[in-house]
Amino acid sequence: MAEILSLGEAVSRFIHDGDSIALEGFTHLIPTAAAHELIRQGRRDLTLIRMTPDLVYDLLIGAGCAKKLVFSWGGNPGVGSLHRLRDAVEKGWPQPLEIEEHSHADMANAYVAGASGLPFAVLRAYAGSDLPKVNPLIKSVTCPFTGEQLAAVPSVRPDVTVIHAQKADRKGNVLIQGILGVQKEAALAAQRCIVTVEEIVDELNAPMNACVLPNWALTAVCLVPGGAHPSYAHGYYERDNRFYQAWDPIARDRESFNAWIDTYIRGTADFAAYQAKLQEAKQ
Amino acid sequence: MSAYSTNEMMTVAAARRLGNSDVTFVGIGLPSKAANLARLTHAPDVTLIYESGPIGAKPSVLPLSIGDGELAETADTVVPTGEIFRYWLQGGRIDVGFLGAAQVDKYGNINTTVIGDYHNPKVRLPGAGGAPEIAGSAKRVFIILKQGHRTFVDKLAFITSVGHGEGGEHRQQLGLPGAGPVAIITDLCIMEPEAGTKEFVVTSIHPGVSREQIIAATGWPIRFAEQVAETQAPQKHELEALRALEARTAAAHGQAGGEE
Repeated sequence: MAEILSLGEAVSRFIHDGDSIALEGFTHLIPTAAAHELIRQGRRDLTLIRMTPDLVYDLLIGAGCAKKLVFSWGGNPGVGSLHRLRDAVEKGWPQPLEIEEHSHADMANAYVAGASGLPFAVLRAYAGSDLPKVNPLIKSVTCPFTGEQLAAVPSVRPDVTVIHAQKADRKGNVLIQGILGVQKEAALAAQRCIVTVEEIVDELNAPMNACVLPNWALTAVCLVPGGAHPSYAHGYYERDNRFYQAWDPIARDRESFNAWIDTYIRGTADFAAYQAKLQEAKQ
Repeated sequence: MSAYSTNEMMTVAAARRLGNSDVTFVGIGLPSKAANLARLTHAPDVTLIYESGPIGAKPSVLPLSIGDGELAETADTVVPTGEIFRYWLQGGRIDVGFLGAAQVDKYGNINTTVIGDYHNPKVRLPGAGGAPEIAGSAKRVFIILKQGHRTFVDKLAFITSVGHGEGGEHRQQLGLPGAGPVAIITDLCIMEPEAGTKEFVVTSIHPGVSREQIIAATGWPIRFAEQVAETQAPQKHELEALRALEARTAAAHGQAGGEE
């Protein structure tokens, strides 16, 4: 049953050094605030799972929180490279990063399999691609009915999934709207699930067939308004495209990156303080 | 006829390949720009599907990311990403996969993973995204990218998404359901696979471009089809629609969409 907690307490209690974690959200509802809190609390040796590492994992990799990355597309959307990810892969800074690389279809299927309690996913994929040559976890199976060769990949079953959503009610039931990505599957595939939300309301008033995660399927719900910035929360705020562009020069250089996280993340008490500092710097 | 840029020629030439009834799986960047230009000109009913979940998206400005809110708001329906890949793509419901690339080879194979050795890369590229399965399962594939000897290479360091593999019947031997790439549209020309070998040859040259330019911008000894057409220059209504789309995008985002 979900407890309604501060994000600091939820991260402290439910995410440990060495855990495998999935911070999901496909361009939309990316749980940035949770990544900041992991940096503040100095988590180490995390296995980071996410289809699109985006800025949220560029941060965690550059801050030295990660030992391994499981992913399928690692760029800064509409801008270019993730420089901290590239520096870790190409130069081993700030520490070597093991990578396990898939395609989107593979990871989406692997989350579905994880949520379904299955050990692996099966899909029609990878024939003629070099990815199976560099990722030994991509294997094949023969269909017992038709004899067709299909790709088999291990299901994704993180220790902890963190997602961001629009709202929860006071019991901790969560409503997600707009582009859903793999958030529901990631939540249900994990041992523990933390959801940060824009607001906590008396009544969800969820439309029929809406994506609702019941409180008994979750571990913690945390109120963090704006917690998906610089991505967006449909109905609350738009994607901050300028921040994605501004990230490029910050992350390109090790010193400017370190200075940025020291000032804005390690130098702030929580996400609200971070937002206030960011706002100050704009003026 | 107003003057136009080579990038505009590329986008217009790519847009023209899409038919009004095509169900199209759209990559971000150049493919998204060309597919939306088609929708705003000759193919108003074309169905655009983005991997983040929108089906039937009709954005008035180009998305900067594959999951912009504009795509969800204008879509016929928004489904989970797993469903996009499982039911709609793998289920065989996509007519056209519209892809960009960092590098291609003469058989339309695509690299978006790495330049140099995988384990000790010279340049680490973003990776596969949705492309390998789009390239595998869409009934036909269009590839759009700017031509240069670093992007059109003789031998790829890494095949992320397969086109015609090693050529000839290789793609069928791999058991891939779709026909694979049927056109590569660049800022200089259009290439199509030659019958039999499946090697891409130039079938249409954009106005004002010479064969020597194309040869110099291709990393393999590029061949020309027996009949090479001249691509029709962008028409007034095409340029107007494209420029208006770009202007709306710049006004909305503070940056141009799809120039990666």
